[in-house]
Formats: sequence, structure tokens, C-alpha cells
Amino acid sequence: MTIVVALWGVAALLGIAVLGIPAQRIAAGSRLIYLGCLLACLTILVAACGSLLTVGSAAESLTLPIGLPWIGAHFSIDALSAFFLCVINLGGAAASLYALGYGEHEEIPGRVLPFYPAFLAGMSAAILAADAFSFLFAWEFMSLSSWALVMVYHQDADNRRAGYIYIVMASFGTLALLLAFGLLAGPTGSYAFAEMRDAQEAVWLPGLVLGLALLGAGSKAGLVPLHVWLPLAHPAAPSHVSALMSGVMTKVAVYGFIRIVFDLLGAPVWWWGSVVLVLGSATAVLGVLYAVLQRDLKRLLAYSTVENVGIIFIGLGLALAFKANGMASAAALAFTAALFHVLNHSFFKSLLFFGAGAVLTSTGVRDIEKLGGLIHRMPWTAFVFLGGCVAISALPPLNGFASEWLIFQAVLLSPELAQWGLKLLVPAVGAMMALGAALSAACLVRAYGITFLGRPRSPAAANAHETDRFSLAAMSALLVLCFLAGVLPGFVIDAIAPVAKALVGQRMPVQASIPWLSIVPVAESRSSYNGLLVFIFIASSAMLAAEVIHRFASRAVRRAPAWDCGYPDPSTATQYTADSFAQPLRRVFGEVVFLSRERVEIPPPGDTRPARLTVQLRDLVWDVIYAPVGGWVSYASEQLNYLQFLTIRQYLSLVFAALVALLLVVAIWT
Amino acid sequence: MDLRLSLAVQGIQMFLVLILAPLLLGFTRKAKARLLRRQGPPLLQPYRDLLRLIRKQVVLAENASWLFRSGPYLIFAATWVAAALVPTFATGLQFSWAADLIAITALLGSARFFLALVGMDVGTAFGGIGASREMMFASLAEPAMIMIVFTVALVAGSTQLSTVADFMLAHVTLRVSLGLALVGLITVALAENARIPVDNPATHLELTMVHEAMVLEYSGRHLAVLELAAALKLLLYISLIACIFFPWGLAPPGSGPAAYAMGALSYAGKLIIGGFLLALFETSIAKMRVFRVPEFLGAALMLGLLATLLLFISRSF
Amino acid sequence: MATFDLDTAHMLAGGMVLVSFMLLYQDRMFSLLNVFALHAFVLSLSVAWQAYIQNAPHLYVTAAIALVLKAIIIPVALHRVVVQLGIHRTIETVGGIGTTMLLGIGLVALSMVVMLRAAAQADPLAREDLALALSVVLLGLLMMVTRRNAVSQIVGFMSLENGLILAAAGAKGMPLVVEISVAFSVLVAFIVIGVFLFRIRERFDSVDVQALDEYRGERR
Repeated sequence: MTIVVALWGVAALLGIAVLGIPAQRIAAGSRLIYLGCLLACLTILVAACGSLLTVGSAAESLTLPIGLPWIGAHFSIDALSAFFLCVINLGGAAASLYALGYGEHEEIPGRVLPFYPAFLAGMSAAILAADAFSFLFAWEFMSLSSWALVMVYHQDADNRRAGYIYIVMASFGTLALLLAFGLLAGPTGSYAFAEMRDAQEAVWLPGLVLGLALLGAGSKAGLVPLHVWLPLAHPAAPSHVSALMSGVMTKVAVYGFIRIVFDLLGAPVWWWGSVVLVLGSATAVLGVLYAVLQRDLKRLLAYSTVENVGIIFIGLGLALAFKANGMASAAALAFTAALFHVLNHSFFKSLLFFGAGAVLTSTGVRDIEKLGGLIHRMPWTAFVFLGGCVAISALPPLNGFASEWLIFQAVLLSPELAQWGLKLLVPAVGAMMALGAALSAACLVRAYGITFLGRPRSPAAANAHETDRFSLAAMSALLVLCFLAGVLPGFVIDAIAPVAKALVGQRMPVQASIPWLSIVPVAESRSSYNGLLVFIFIASSAMLAAEVIHRFASRAVRRAPAWDCGYPDPSTATQYTADSFAQPLRRVFGEVVFLSRERVEIPPPGDTRPARLTVQLRDLVWDVIYAPVGGWVSYASEQLNYLQFLTIRQYLSLVFAALVALLLVVAIWT
Repeated sequence: MDLRLSLAVQGIQMFLVLILAPLLLGFTRKAKARLLRRQGPPLLQPYRDLLRLIRKQVVLAENASWLFRSGPYLIFAATWVAAALVPTFATGLQFSWAADLIAITALLGSARFFLALVGMDVGTAFGGIGASREMMFASLAEPAMIMIVFTVALVAGSTQLSTVADFMLAHVTLRVSLGLALVGLITVALAENARIPVDNPATHLELTMVHEAMVLEYSGRHLAVLELAAALKLLLYISLIACIFFPWGLAPPGSGPAAYAMGALSYAGKLIIGGFLLALFETSIAKMRVFRVPEFLGAALMLGLLATLLLFISRSF
Repeated sequence: MATFDLDTAHMLAGGMVLVSFMLLYQDRMFSLLNVFALHAFVLSLSVAWQAYIQNAPHLYVTAAIALVLKAIIIPVALHRVVVQLGIHRTIETVGGIGTTMLLGIGLVALSMVVMLRAAAQADPLAREDLALALSVVLLGLLMMVTRRNAVSQIVGFMSLENGLILAAAGAKGMPLVVEISVAFSVLVAFIVIGVFLFRIRERFDSVDVQALDEYRGERR
């Protein structure tokens, strides 16, 4: 029943996509399209939630006679698919609600309207697919429709380059996944997931499939070193699409990884966990270090996505390590924490991208060095964006802290692991995750402080206006969800429990029955966290303090120019810039990670030229991996280009040589 | 009856930390002055300062926003909740199960987040310098604190402070990892409370300002609230060190008023010793230049990482 | 109270690892010498404690030698050498202090793994003390490798010696004669190095090894 509803939802989205082509001619066309998407996503969301939350629901499957004739198209919903369908369609619904307001500012709606519903349809279809062919078809459909959305503003050369790199990396990822599924299907060619699950594999096969899954799904999710397309492509698309790509499409990639590694591959080996942990922790730290140095608000948020994907993979790596060692309850904790972070990240990242889109439409500027003081011009946007910043920096009582607390508790269970490699790796991973969390708080303080606080640094910022009510409604809804997930995390953990039970063999203890609505990962005597209590304490202390102060203190307030130690400057250029804020962090971390060098050129006295400060950063991932590979491919294609300019006689001789060679093969080997 | 009594004791602890915080600050300043052969301000001077500030008119910059006005209360609330959760004279109080070490660290992180934001609100260079330096220190101090929390949690088997204190009280031993964690915690405490050698709490020179730069634009009752929050933070760190590493005197759960009185007495003694040692340390070392502080905090992070690593390798470290 | 004895021995060995990290952290010459004096002091405490729990009185002599020679005489003498030669008071490092400390952590982890796997049959607590001593040796070597200044390389060499003495004291039954000869060889090495430094300084006006490298025979 659920699966039929979900498939009808996907079909509805595809229908809306087709309707999107003529819709641009009607005045309210874009509003109608986005409204249709909103309704379709909500339908699939309700169906998926129902499937996830009903106790004892079995997996449903369906086979449709479309696609390849001898395979058909298998679709199924089990606990994992239901959870990810909830995540994706919640994000999709929020983006559609946001787009009801944002879409009015679109200059060329015809480039966006057909592809947006197709993108949503592709993502849901990828989750529903239960055989390799449908999965890869939906995956490619999702990639191509999002590529079309990235190329909306193709007049800009940067966007063209972003789209090019995106399509190359997406094709590479699909190729890796194709090989992975091919290896899993084996010589019998059984593409259905159900058959792959039961198949017996050779000893060397699971490791290879893990590597291919990391390449394929990891590149789409944004694991270092395959993340390079993400910060280029996510900002290039319109803001609601950026939110979907960062908050939701990366989760489809995480789903693909979990499906292959946790479900189809069978029992894990301990070193799988260590590979995933190393990649996850490197991604977490590098992502946020890149983010701290960015001037473009959307690119900063895209790098922050990379960091959060790293945290998710740290949780998944811990789950793999625990599962390989037979510690099922610890594996359940780590796995639940990773999925909780998947949900949380889709909430607050979408919220932050919506805010960035609001800033972009209000001011026309994405560079935070030209913004400032927006808290006065756009008060509501500033408030919800602040909520998003608090959530993503993992501060109690919001949801980011709840999932990170659970991952830290999983790290504290790790000394029981038997292998030396894991014993030495997990403390380092814990330290890197803590470092990533602290740096992400610094990054968001910088982003919020420079963009919204202070004084406006350009006329565009000084003349900004508040966004429309649809955008505010979408952002507020996400903030409320962040708050609820933060103060009532027990309910989310209980909702994720069936997924953990299915994939790692055990679930976390039932949280709904714990007094005071705390969450208890292992045992009450060990540790517990109560988000609701923390929130009540903070709120009541703040109100008590405000009340006492206002009763006994002087209420007088006087407005005056800023004190600034007695040297106020009316020019807005003397306040801290984004680069200045990042300078200490660049000095401490950048010299090692980005080989940052500062050079100051001061002209001699009497010369009227300005002094010049040059900061040189190198993206080592690009220089060491991608630039050489690109160079070799160019070189090889240049050498092979000679084949284009041969004479007719040379072409005929090539054909003749090939024919003779094949006849020789037939002669010798039969 | 029992519930009301335990709630009352919990409430006493919450207000005890609030009342003792300025006294601790006054004691530290007096001790520092005496060590420098000065008379120093009276012990109760911080209370008088707070009272004076409360009665004054608030001067707000023209472009200060609602965040600037409400920030001090949020910062104070987060710090007070964190300080009230640390066991001072007794363990196992009514809400002690909510006193998770990681949650306390994160609450202090929230206070710092909002402090950095209000520093940037008015749009002056001083606020920016304070905020950026504070976030740079925090990016190393917070992971160091988390690693210290891991070390303590691995030794005691829990991240809940009451359980940790009870464990330390019952199994008093010298352990390498706890020694390393203690050194790391002292380093982090010095950095987080803006004491010498990281920051000078008594100066308004741009070269040495981090915390003072962020609160430069505040006056009147807002400044009073922020000063009280800073004093609470100092009390919190000293209480934390006392509770984890020197837990003798803490009354066990469910004991009578005599045990609580003993606990309170030993707590007062620990605060006096802690304040005196802090004053002694501050007068015997010079302030570091700013880019030496990341190395200082990086050393604390390394010590925490080393302690955790040793505990992962063998439980007897 | 057996656990108290062993815990204190662990604590003192761990203290030496901590002071070795403090040595890596210093960036000024005089504070480096002071911390080295502390290193030798902790060594003497550790050896004295081993003497107490092993009931081996000859180790008290070793502790006294470490205290007098390495904690007092050598730092004072090096202090005078630094003042006389006018050596730079700042220590230049290769790669930065943060990176050096990270490598130090890696070395400690390595020595733990090596010692706990290689000596799997031995008594577990003695094994851990030995692992900590090996860490001190490796950290001393790391210090010699990552410092450009000759005096700081000498200090690294001395801390390496301290680690060896710690390891020897932990293993039961090391004769005193070997201790005295080790101490004297250290003293001789110190005198020779001191004389060398004086001559180098006279000749080349600097003891910075990097600058001295330019005067080597064949060019690369």
C-alpha cells in the first residue's frame, strides 16, 4: 500500500515536470508547479512516515513491467528506505514551500521549472529502487536533472566550469557504482537486491565493492578527496536547488553507501571500519577548514556540508567497526547517531541555504565582504538564520548537539574493540571530530557576524529588504523541527530504531519510557542527556535574570555613537572583514593544510602607491590529484588525436589489420 | 517531603555558586595584590562593582541590535546552568543526572558563541579582534576539553559528573592518564577564563584584549550580567577541577545536613586554595604573545589525546 | 598497597613523558635548560622510588648521581656556556611546534604498540613502564632531529640518556658499575662537546647547524 502511494507520488512529480515546460507562459505558473511538488512530496512523506512508525511493518515490494524486459523494475520499501524517503521528502517539501516565494524572482523560469520536479522524482525513485538497474537509472536521472539546474545561469563562465566538473565527477561516480553492482551481481547477472543479499561472494570481492562504493557514493556525498565538485556546483544553482543538493542529494548518496555496505555485502571485516573512519575524519576537518576561508556565503555552506558528511561517515565507520567485532549494541548506537545526523543536517543545512538565498535576492550579493548590518534590515531572516547557525554548531539545546553527543558516546564505547589499528585510530578520530565541531562554530560565527551584524559594507547591504512570507514560513518550519529534534531526541531515536535493528542486528534501548524524556545510549548509570531539561533551565535562568535585573536595576537606556575605546570611525571599512576574522585560524591551521603564505609589499617612503598584502593558498587536493590526472588525460587525448587525420589508405589498413588479428585469434584459440 | 527537600538542596547549590562567584574573584584579586606587595581592593569589592553597574544607565551604540541587548542574559543563563550542574558540596542531587560533562562543555561553547556574536554586533574593530581571537582559542581549547572529558569518562565509566566524583572518591589512585588530564584541564581553564598567560583580565590595551574586547561596548546592567557570567565561569572551572581530581569532602547522595555542611566547608577550602594558586601562577608568569597561545592550547590537546590513547591501549594507565 | 607502589611508579614514568613533551614545547634557551633540570629531577625521583619498591639500595646512588649531575651541574654549566658563547636565545625548529608534538604522540603510540606486542609474555605493569621509557627515548631522538641549534640537540641527547636510565632502573637488577660508567661517559661527552662548541664558535661565529652546513666539504 505504502509503496503504491510512493510510486504514484514519483509519477506525479514526473508529470509535473512535463507540465513545467509550458508552465512558464502562465503568470502563476511557477507557483502552481511548486505547489504541486509540495503536495506530492508531502504525500510521499506521510506514506513513508506511516511505514516507518508502524510497529512490525514488513518490507513491501513491487515489480513493474517497465525498464529492461528480462529484469523489470523492482521497487521496495523497508525501514532504511522509509527513513530516507522521510528525510528526502521533508527536504523537498520545505524547498518547494520556499520556492513558492523564491521562484518569483527567477528570471528564466523555463530553465528551472521542468527540471526541479524531475530532480525530486529521481531522488525518491533512487530510494525506492530494489534492483541495480532501476537504482542506477534513477541515480543518473537525479544527476542529470541537477546538472541542468546547475547550468541555469550558464552565461557565467564560473557556472559553466562548475557544471562541467560536476558532470565529469557524477559520471565517474556512476561508473564506480556500476562496477560495484556488477561485481555484486556476479556471473549469474542477478541484479535484484534481494538476490544480491543472499549471494555467496568470493573472499576478495567485498573489499573491492567497498572501495567502489566509497568512490561512487562517496563522491556524490562529498568525501575528501572526491569533494571538489560540491563547492563549485552547489552555489551555482538557484538557492532552493542548492538546499536540495546539499541537504538532500548528499543523503541519497549516504543511502546508497549504507545499502551497499551494510545491507548487500553481508558481514563486515574490521578494516572496512578503519578506512571509512579515516576518510570521514579527514573530510570533517578539511571541509570546515576550507569553509573558514571562504568569502562566498553559499560556497561556505557547501564546504560545511562536506564537514557534516564527514561526521556522518565517522558514525558509519564506527558502526562498521563495532559490527565487525560483534558488539551489536554499540553498533546500534553509532548507526543511530549517524542517521540522526543525516536527519539533522538536512534540516539545518536547508535552513541555512534558504537564508543565503533570501540574502541573495534581497541584496543581489553573495560575497559576505560586501554585506553587514542585515539584522536591522531583515530581522526575521536574521533570527531564523541565527537558529540555523546555533543548530549546525552543535550547541545545546538544538538538534546538532544531540547527534554529536551520541557519536561521542559511541567513541567512548570503543576501547572494547580488539584490533590495534582501531584502538589507535579511534582516539585520533574523536579528537578530529571535536576539532571539526569547534572550527564549525568559528566558521558560523564568522559567517553570521560579518553578514548580519556590524555595519553595512556596501549600498546593496544598506538597502536590503525582508524576504517574502513563503520563504520565512519554510525557514521557520525547519527551525521548529530543529528545536523539536533537539529537545525531544528520544522520539527520533525510537523512529530510527527499526532501521538499526534491520541493518546491525540490534536497536538502541527504548527511549520513550525513560523518565523526564532523557536519552540513554547504553545504561542510565552510564550517561544520559536531557535536551528538554537543558532548554527549560536556560530559558528559566534567562528569564529569572532578566526579571530580577529589571526589578532592581535602572531601566534607563541612552543611544549614543559606538564607544570603540574613544576612537570611533564612521567609515564602515574599519570594522573587521571576513578575511581579518579568519586570519588567526589561517595562521594556525592554514600553514600546514593550505601551505598559506603571506607577503607584504610596502613601497618606499614618498611613493604614493598603496601597500599590498598578498595571501597565497594552495588547494593541495586539486594540485596533487586532479591537476595531474587532468594533465594526463589531456596528453593522452592529444596523442590519440592523430587518429583523426589519417589518409584513406591508412584507415583501410587499420581495418585490415584488425580483421587479420581477429582471424589469428580464431585460428590459435579454437 | 523527600522530593521537596532534594529540590531545595539543588536550589541551594544553584544560588550558592551565584553568590560565591564574585567572592572568589575578589579573593583572587586580593591575593594577587598581596603577592605584589600592594594592599589590593577589599574582598567584597566585586559585589559593590556589580551593584554600581546595575544602578547605572545603559549607553547603547546607535546600531546595536536586539541580539546585543538580549545576548548578556543568554550568555549568563548558559554559564549559570553549567555552573549549577557541577557538584560543589554534594553528589547525587536532584538534577545531577543531567550534569553530563559533554553537555557542560557544550553549554560553555554556546555562551562563547553568543559572546563572539555580540562582540561583532556594533561593527567596531575591537569587537572583531576579540571575537576572532576568542574563536581561534576556542577551536583548540574545546577539542582539548573534549579529550580530557574522554579520559575522565574512560577512567570512571561515565560522563555524568556525579558518577565520576563518586568513582574518584571510592577508587583514589594515582594514574598517568589522570595526571595528564589534570595538566590539560588546568591549561584549558587558564585559556577559557582569560587569565594570564592567555589574556589579561585587568587590561584594556588592544594588544592583550580578547574577552575585554568583546564586551567593550557594554555598560550598565548588561555589563554587570556579563561580569557575573565571567566570575561564574571561573568558579565553574575551579569547581570542576576540585570535583574530578580532588573529590574529598563531597557528601554522598542522600546524606544529612551534617555531611552537607562538611561538604560545603571542604568546598570553601578548595575554592580558597584554587584562588590562591591561580593568583600565585598569574604573578609568576608573563603573558604569551597571541600566536604562542595556539601552541599552548595545542599542547593541552596533545596531552588529552595522549591520555585517551594510553587508556585505549591499556586500562591500567 | 602493592597497587599504590606500582601506580606511583607509573605516574613518575608518565611524568617523564610529560616533561619530555614540555621539552619539545619550549622555544627559549633558558627555559629549555630549566625544563631539562626538571626532567632529570623527575628521573631521580623515579629511580629512587624504584629503589624503594625493589629494595635495591644501589639505585639510590643512581638517583643521587642523576640529581646532582644532571639536574644541577649540567644545566648550570650549559647555562654558562650559552651565556659565554652568546648563543641565540630562541630555538629554531624544523616544522613548527604543533607538528613536532603531533609526531611525538605518534612516537608514543608506536612505542606502546611495539612494547606491548613484543614483550607479550612479561609482567604487564613492568611492560608499560618500559613502554613509557621507550617513549622518552624516542622523544629525545625527535628533539635532536627537529632542532637546528646545537645546544638543544645536546639537551635532546641528554633526555635520551635519561630515558635509557629509566628503562634500566625499571628492569630489576642493573649493577651500579654500569651506572657510574654511563654517568662518566656522559660527563666526558659533555666536556668534549663543550670544547667543540667553543672552537666552532671561534671559527665560524655561529653554532647554528644550518649555517655550519654550508661549510661542509663536497657540495651535493
